[in-house]
Amino acid sequence: MNVKQIPILNADALELSRISQEGLLSLNLLEMQAIQAYFAKLERNPTDVELETIAQTWSEHCVHKTFKSMIEYAEKGRETEMIDGLFKTFIQRATQEIGADWCVSVFTDNAGIIEFDDNYNIVFKVETHNHPSAIEPYGGAGTGIGGVIRDSLGTGLGAKPILNTDVFCFGLPNLSYDELPKGALHPKRIFKGVVAGVRDYGNRMGIPTANGAILFDPRYTGNPLVYCGNVGLIPKDRCDKTVEPGDLIIAIGGRTGRDGIHGATFSSLELDDTSENLGSVVQIGNPIMEKKIVDALMRARDRQLYRNITDCGAGGFSSAVGEMGQETGAEIHLENIPLKYEALDPWEIWLSEAQERMVIAAPPENLDELMAICEAESVEATVLGTFTDTHRLRVFYLGEIVADLDMDFLHDGLPRHTKKAVWEPPQHPEPELSEVDSTLHRSMDDARSTQLTQDLCRILASPNVASKEWVIRQYDHEVQGGLVLKPLVGRENDGPGDACITTPILGSRRGVIVANGINPKYGDIDPYHSAAAAIDEALRNVIAVGGNLDQTALLDNFSWGNPDKLDRLGGLVRAAKACYDIAVAYGTPFISGKDSLYNEYRDTTTGEQLAIPPTLLISAICVMPDVSKAVSMDVKSPDNRIYVIGKTYPELGGSHYYAICGFIGNSAPKVRPAEGKRTMEALSLAIDQGLVRSCHDCSEGGIGAAAAEMAFAGGLGMHLSLMNVPRDAGVTTDNLLLFSESNSRFIVEVVPKKQEAFEKCMTGIPIGCIGTVVESGDFVVNSTDRGVIVQTTIDRLKESWQGTFRW
Amino acid sequence: MKPKVLILRTAGTNCDYETDHAFQLVGGETSLTHINQLIAGEVALMDYQIMAIPGGFSYGDDVAAGILLANEMRYKLADSLTDYVESGRLMIGICNGFQVLVRAGLLPRLDLQQVQQATLAMNTSAKFECRWIHLETQESNCIFTQGLKPRVYLPVAHAEGRFTAPQPILNQIEADGQVVFRYGSANGGAPEYPDNPNGSDHHIAGICDPTGRIFGMMPHPERFLTRLNHPRWTREKLPKAGDGLAIFQNAVDYVSGLS
Repeated sequence: MNVKQIPILNADALELSRISQEGLLSLNLLEMQAIQAYFAKLERNPTDVELETIAQTWSEHCVHKTFKSMIEYAEKGRETEMIDGLFKTFIQRATQEIGADWCVSVFTDNAGIIEFDDNYNIVFKVETHNHPSAIEPYGGAGTGIGGVIRDSLGTGLGAKPILNTDVFCFGLPNLSYDELPKGALHPKRIFKGVVAGVRDYGNRMGIPTANGAILFDPRYTGNPLVYCGNVGLIPKDRCDKTVEPGDLIIAIGGRTGRDGIHGATFSSLELDDTSENLGSVVQIGNPIMEKKIVDALMRARDRQLYRNITDCGAGGFSSAVGEMGQETGAEIHLENIPLKYEALDPWEIWLSEAQERMVIAAPPENLDELMAICEAESVEATVLGTFTDTHRLRVFYLGEIVADLDMDFLHDGLPRHTKKAVWEPPQHPEPELSEVDSTLHRSMDDARSTQLTQDLCRILASPNVASKEWVIRQYDHEVQGGLVLKPLVGRENDGPGDACITTPILGSRRGVIVANGINPKYGDIDPYHSAAAAIDEALRNVIAVGGNLDQTALLDNFSWGNPDKLDRLGGLVRAAKACYDIAVAYGTPFISGKDSLYNEYRDTTTGEQLAIPPTLLISAICVMPDVSKAVSMDVKSPDNRIYVIGKTYPELGGSHYYAICGFIGNSAPKVRPAEGKRTMEALSLAIDQGLVRSCHDCSEGGIGAAAAEMAFAGGLGMHLSLMNVPRDAGVTTDNLLLFSESNSRFIVEVVPKKQEAFEKCMTGIPIGCIGTVVESGDFVVNSTDRGVIVQTTIDRLKESWQGTFRW
Repeated sequence: MKPKVLILRTAGTNCDYETDHAFQLVGGETSLTHINQLIAGEVALMDYQIMAIPGGFSYGDDVAAGILLANEMRYKLADSLTDYVESGRLMIGICNGFQVLVRAGLLPRLDLQQVQQATLAMNTSAKFECRWIHLETQESNCIFTQGLKPRVYLPVAHAEGRFTAPQPILNQIEADGQVVFRYGSANGGAPEYPDNPNGSDHHIAGICDPTGRIFGMMPHPERFLTRLNHPRWTREKLPKAGDGLAIFQNAVDYVSGLS
């Protein structure tokens, strides 16, 4: 039998580190010493099965060490602060203080659960699958979406997956091959592979993929980010799970192979050109297997045949069974596990992250009926062992015990870390605004057009802003028949919708809004403002389509560099602080989240270490009582009035305008939540009362880009004047007015005869009527004081926006 | 008595829920039935008046779209399927269901021969695409489209939707009036891509068999049942019912009239 004893009892520090590193365990010395001490008491060495089980269970991926550790945080000019866990202090506490009674389950299950209607709840989870996608984009992204679908399926007693959302961050698609770090795949190849992976998995599962974003930055070249999210629908009385001693441990779904071994610990390593040699760390997906599991489980769930369910994700059976049996104990027989092929060592069977496997706990008397359902759906189901009352995890292989661990040690034995973090605000060159306005990047290709017209076109054409229709059309966003606000909207069905809305129960008008916010550019100035802006943006998107703050929940997904480095962790602390401040101020609780750390790529030729920009994705979900009140962002009719809602501040730091001019700047947009909340609440009310014909949030590219998008999406022009834009006294130039990316702002279209009612509804909120929709395709913007500053047509604007990714 | 509708599903079927909903809306008594149940004899086809094969990726569309389910129907349900078809009952295949019917030889079924005479090949765009398209309803004896508007608007979502067949077969399909839907252009003239989203011969989007009782189409009528399904309901005045509803209504009405 291929079970080894790992000699750690007499190992010194150096030897312990070597064992961890060579075994791809990603355990640090402190952790190895804790394991050594545990086995010293037992007077024996661990088996490879035991050591691997502990490494999986204690991995950053499974247990979120960094978010739980003590942090000694230093910021210039301030006293050092001791933070008792980022998660507890900033994320969980925000949710506790908000205390929303419609939150059913937060942070405990595989996904967060909120109320939906009298009979159903909604579950929502977003995951990352970054490292696998860097090595094998198609498989990595496909199993990313496959994995997060299983999170919904493993929440409560199983939710029906109803919607996918995907956000990707890649290197620049036009990168020259000479600049590609050694061993990295070209960003365009990663882009195409990831899209194909998500497409093939999501479409085959029959789940609409209807919301997302794609961002580009050179620092994502070696380490792309792939966020996959899933929303599920679950009956109210199927949200609780238990395990009773004597329950059978049953595996349902795919067979176990050597694929995806060490995925959990692999995610805690920095990448370089040798990473692809790790070979089996990327899993292999089979969406039809997963669809069969959904079909079988939904039937078994409704017949109440099992009491607990979880998915086999990172760590495979070791972590699924270990988690389920945490309060009881479990006994498992590895030889029962059906294999794809022979010759796997016991530890490989136990750790394999082969896809499409779920584990359930079922009373023995339900076994026959359960097996009959699985057979009818052509799904393999196998009894692996039983849950016990021993509080021990005991693993057998062909009658011999290969692991015998105390559940308490396995789940609570991880030594708590204390980490150090330092935050020093960077100083970027700050351009002179008038200088930017008049001299930089004056293009000679079109002498008739003004500088700001060209700038607007370039912002619309920049990869982050440009149309992603090439991607969106490859996803089936109509399946399940419930989508009432599509990702692409407008006269030609091709304008950029702010959020999607789906009605999971056909025939009912109750819907779910799903939106996201992400802007790592501000993080180059301060991750605090980047995180705050991400929350504000996600909420703006919800509000813009007709949602409200009353029942909106958030997910936080952090993708960061190596948290063992002081500055990376310092930025993470800043972002976490913003999460608390802004979520509490808006009253929008976090219900679930995830962190992916160690996102760095080392070019072994140059020795250069490339960390991703700190990237926080905020996903928002809102229950909308009547979807027939939704509004889309495309302008509807000539003569309607255009308003700017919310105040513009001098905040071009990290903006797209600065980016096209070659600057970052320092004035990142700040969130002023008291102001923002009032604005959003008033606008929600106006939309609910039917006073708004279209609404779009102001984000990248500011008022200029938002108004242009509304115009060309609606196939109508606009005559605008910046005169009435509500502004801070510091806003003195046209380019600031047009392109500042201040938060909590919207552009709305109002029918003339409803103007009075609309303005009344917005009493106390800074608003300004800035112009009119026109029948012709002209898009004209007048300055406050110097005449026409933008003069073009919606066709040209649209072409700029669509041309970038016309692949 | 309500007309009984069997909605066939198998591994990879994924438009069953909304197809079921569509038939229920028009008064059908529906039953979601796994093909294993038919093969095992637990459910009898002849207990139903309408059989629907919904969209999806049956068996992952391995080998070719719909072919594995088509073969199961041909070889494992041979007799009961023949009895069903010859008894004058209705059958509709949507998207993957259409691919199944064509590969099973149930469409176009020229000369009432159940052999494969046509195919649905990879889109000329070489990728899966989801978009709304215009259809021109053709003059035909198809039960499902009697009295339908001359132009309807529905979404497609497929990678293998290009209807193609040898020229003599195409000629006969045309001559016998078996073309039920053609892709239409948004702004007049012949439908170029993306109006014809897949490059189908003769812009064919749906056909029926010579009896008009077996019908298949690539677009999804079950995805446009109410105005809120329409991509532009926020900007256009639209009737309450979606364009797809009449197709299901026709089937149920026809069967109700018979019984």
